[in-house]
Amino acid sequence: MTDAEPLDCDEFVELVTAYLEDALDPADRQRVLDHLDLCDGCSTYLEQIRVTVRAVGDLPEPGGLPDAGRQRLLDAFRRGV
Amino acid sequence: MPPLPPDEELVRRLRAGDEAAFGLVLDRWSPGMLRLARSFVSTPDSAAECVQDAWLAVLEGLDRFEGRAALRTWVYRILVNTAKRRGVKEGRSVPWSSVGPEDGPTVDPDRFRGPGEPYAGHWREFPAPWPTPEDATLAAEVRAVVAAAVADLPERQRVVLTLRDVQGYAAAEVCSILEISPTYQRVLLHRARASVRGRIEDYHARAVTP
Repeated sequence: MTDAEPLDCDEFVELVTAYLEDALDPADRQRVLDHLDLCDGCSTYLEQIRVTVRAVGDLPEPGGLPDAGRQRLLDAFRRGV
Repeated sequence: MPPLPPDEELVRRLRAGDEAAFGLVLDRWSPGMLRLARSFVSTPDSAAECVQDAWLAVLEGLDRFEGRAALRTWVYRILVNTAKRRGVKEGRSVPWSSVGPEDGPTVDPDRFRGPGEPYAGHWREFPAPWPTPEDATLAAEVRAVVAAAVADLPERQRVVLTLRDVQGYAAAEVCSILEISPTYQRVLLHRARASVRGRIEDYHARAVTP
């Protein structure tokens, strides 16, 4: 994908992660930006990927180790395993 | 949370038998390790055992730690290996050396105009914007949808998504923990995010057309 062909939407959706990871070469990055300027559908798609990333990050943390397990590890550490 | 001491100091204190230093890393890293282990094995109990086994292996191996990777990366790598072994034993996990189902489009091709149609490759219909979850019930429902979507992902995608987007680790650290290439890491992340996005989209579509 080195030509300067404009992107189609079905290509855009497969480049979203590389774009967000800043892993595109400058030419492809520009094609993504040009496409976003023109396409509301893909702008929405990109925003929804961002919302998805935030939603995944908001999942509740599991607790720590059960107390008994934690104590066993501290004991093992004290014994030098 | 205050930052942990630098690796060099931590390792020195751990090797010297400093229990406070061990308590520090144990409490700081175990929640994330539990979540990661849960990506490989079937029950919370099994995940807790993985994490305990991993910590024991860390204690046994501490003298061999050479500092080529960050201490946390090294600890997580031990956990991943422990969890993979257990996952395989539980019949849940496939060896990571085998090729996963990582081909094909991440968005249903029918969403786009086909070859020969005007504007081939463009959306038939734009993705519908999502409502902002202002009320708590909707937010909780979306959270449940997201949790279920993550749980349903293929293992490798779930593991990468968990490390990257749940725990917020950088791509390079995830590659190092899982011993995979940057490209493969990105493929897995890409497929995982697209898949979870699709589930949120389905949920909102159902919510507007009962």
